[in-house]
Amino acid sequence: MNDKLHLDRAQLHALYRDMLRIRRFELRCVALYQAQRIRGFLHLYDGEEPVAVGVMRALQASDAVVATYREHGQALARGVPMNALMAEMLGKVQGCCHGRGGSMHVFDRERRFFGGNAIVGGGLPLAVGIAMADKRLRPGAITACFFGEGAVAEGAFHESLNLAAIWRLPVLFVCENNRYAMGVPLQDAESQTEVYRKAEAYRMASAQVDAMDPVAMAVAAHQAVAQVRTGAAPFLLECRTYRFRAHSMFDTQAYRTREEVEDWKRRDPIERLRLWMHDNHLIDADAQAAIMAEVDAEIDAAVAFAEAGTPEPVEALEDFVLMDRVVQEQAT
Amino acid sequence: MNTMTYREACRQAIRDALLADPRCFVMGEDVGKYGGCYAVTKELLDEFGPQRIVDTPLAENGFTGAGIGAALAGLRPIVEIMTCNFSLLALDQILNNAATLSHMSGGQFAVPLVIRMATGGGRQLAAQHSHSLEGWYAHIPGLKVLAPGTVEDARHMLAAALNDPNPVLIFEHIVLYNMEGELDPVLGAVDIDRAALRRSGSDVSLISYGLGVSKCLAAAEALAKEGLSAEVLDLRVLRPLDHAAILATVAHTHRCVIVDEGWKSGSLSAEIAARLAEDALYELDAPVRRVCSREVPVPYAEHLEQAVLPQVDDIVAAARTLLRPA
Repeated sequence: MNDKLHLDRAQLHALYRDMLRIRRFELRCVALYQAQRIRGFLHLYDGEEPVAVGVMRALQASDAVVATYREHGQALARGVPMNALMAEMLGKVQGCCHGRGGSMHVFDRERRFFGGNAIVGGGLPLAVGIAMADKRLRPGAITACFFGEGAVAEGAFHESLNLAAIWRLPVLFVCENNRYAMGVPLQDAESQTEVYRKAEAYRMASAQVDAMDPVAMAVAAHQAVAQVRTGAAPFLLECRTYRFRAHSMFDTQAYRTREEVEDWKRRDPIERLRLWMHDNHLIDADAQAAIMAEVDAEIDAAVAFAEAGTPEPVEALEDFVLMDRVVQEQAT
Repeated sequence: MNTMTYREACRQAIRDALLADPRCFVMGEDVGKYGGCYAVTKELLDEFGPQRIVDTPLAENGFTGAGIGAALAGLRPIVEIMTCNFSLLALDQILNNAATLSHMSGGQFAVPLVIRMATGGGRQLAAQHSHSLEGWYAHIPGLKVLAPGTVEDARHMLAAALNDPNPVLIFEHIVLYNMEGELDPVLGAVDIDRAALRRSGSDVSLISYGLGVSKCLAAAEALAKEGLSAEVLDLRVLRPLDHAAILATVAHTHRCVIVDEGWKSGSLSAEIAARLAEDALYELDAPVRRVCSREVPVPYAEHLEQAVLPQVDDIVAAARTLLRPA
């Protein structure tokens, strides 16, 4: 574990709880998917939880977030209510997007959560623009933009880093490098596999962190956020992580070996933090049980809320194709 | 009445918008130091500075997406894309984000963004600078698509577009920039909801937009000399189409020629013809005719380019076949 740790016992418990909350939420999603209550694509975050939790804990309410399509963890860590998220997964009108977005398109205006984007790289230009506006309208606010290492091959990545660099925009580019763009390994897709070094071409500050270590991830995120906020310049943080599950719910995983997956699972960041806290007498069995019970109770309530939800009337189908006002401005 | 060019009308509209709203800014390739590829933003950098007139790198997808993000977060961007052929590099952002976010988010966000782009052929710029792609954009729910065909609309549509909470695309025809027209100094605004009847007539309706309106007016003049009365409907708004106005003119004249600089197959003209077939079939006394661009990439050589584009003579000939069948 990172010996430059400045997290106290309560903060460590919160870090553990936030990651566990994501893991167990998604575990329930798997069951709901198998029961055909959740349909479509379902991209799970198992193994990558430290990234979202670390970054979101470093952000403030006035900051903005642009997410990916593997964004349940990003949404939960940002504070999107679990009830609204689960109802969205079940396609109910009580969902955060009325069930129109589903798993890949979670939006939450109140939390400045500008969406799960399912076009790889599609969110990066948005983050540039949000930061342009915030620089003028909300000085001090930064935008955290999540994307996978697959997005690094897209032109949008390069255009966006360049724009953010030349205009000195407060964007934290968060690359979740889980090593595979669906089934294509990073070394087959990129000539430079040290993603953080791509920032050099844009004269942008960057860093790489072992995101399987939740504390190291939290520290790196904290430092990166502080640098963006005070330096008024963008930063690229490459988070080395691993997804334990298939790209979406099912794939043959022909692109990687079972041994490789098992090897990475032995480094499970949640279990790693739990064991470390246990060994250092920072958590006891009662506290663990209490956290687990709290998390599961919230998930049970969210499932009940979603199952009790109602479908959006088909008559409303064409609502919001065109808007009658700039709703995000009147609302705030 | 004031006389001014379409280019100057576009320029004054932008200047007014920047003066009226501090949230408004212009972003695009060569809008600043160069003054705009078609000189529409000339001298605005001097007046408003680099925060309001933002020169971008050649990154259409990136800066168009940045415009969407800026609109989401409180600004009022006017994004300029040099020519609509280049807008294909930004199509991902326009379709997958600008047109989609409001609906997909359950109405949590509006995207108050204006994108201006040059369209059309006739200046011998060949196949990568001369196409008319507004019909493609008119296919997309979540966008509004405007095609100013008069100096008055060039002068006033922008303000209406900026007032609209939705992404609005404005297509300015490159041949129109030098066109001079009269401006009523009293008229301070136009709507972006309705088509406009530019000439009344009783025998045939000529339906078009953009540069096509001028060509239809010239055709109507020629037809008048033959004793044939044509009316000219300027669509102005390509999405959402003013369905009622289209039906009304056909109900009045019972004959229709649609003039569209896009390629005929799968075009805006096809959409209008289909609507007439669905909702006005029994009003028609003759088949619908379409005058569109020939289905080739627009070539450079002048005679070839002119052979591709809809011409006044083509419109006159099409109308004649409806009125005086051979």
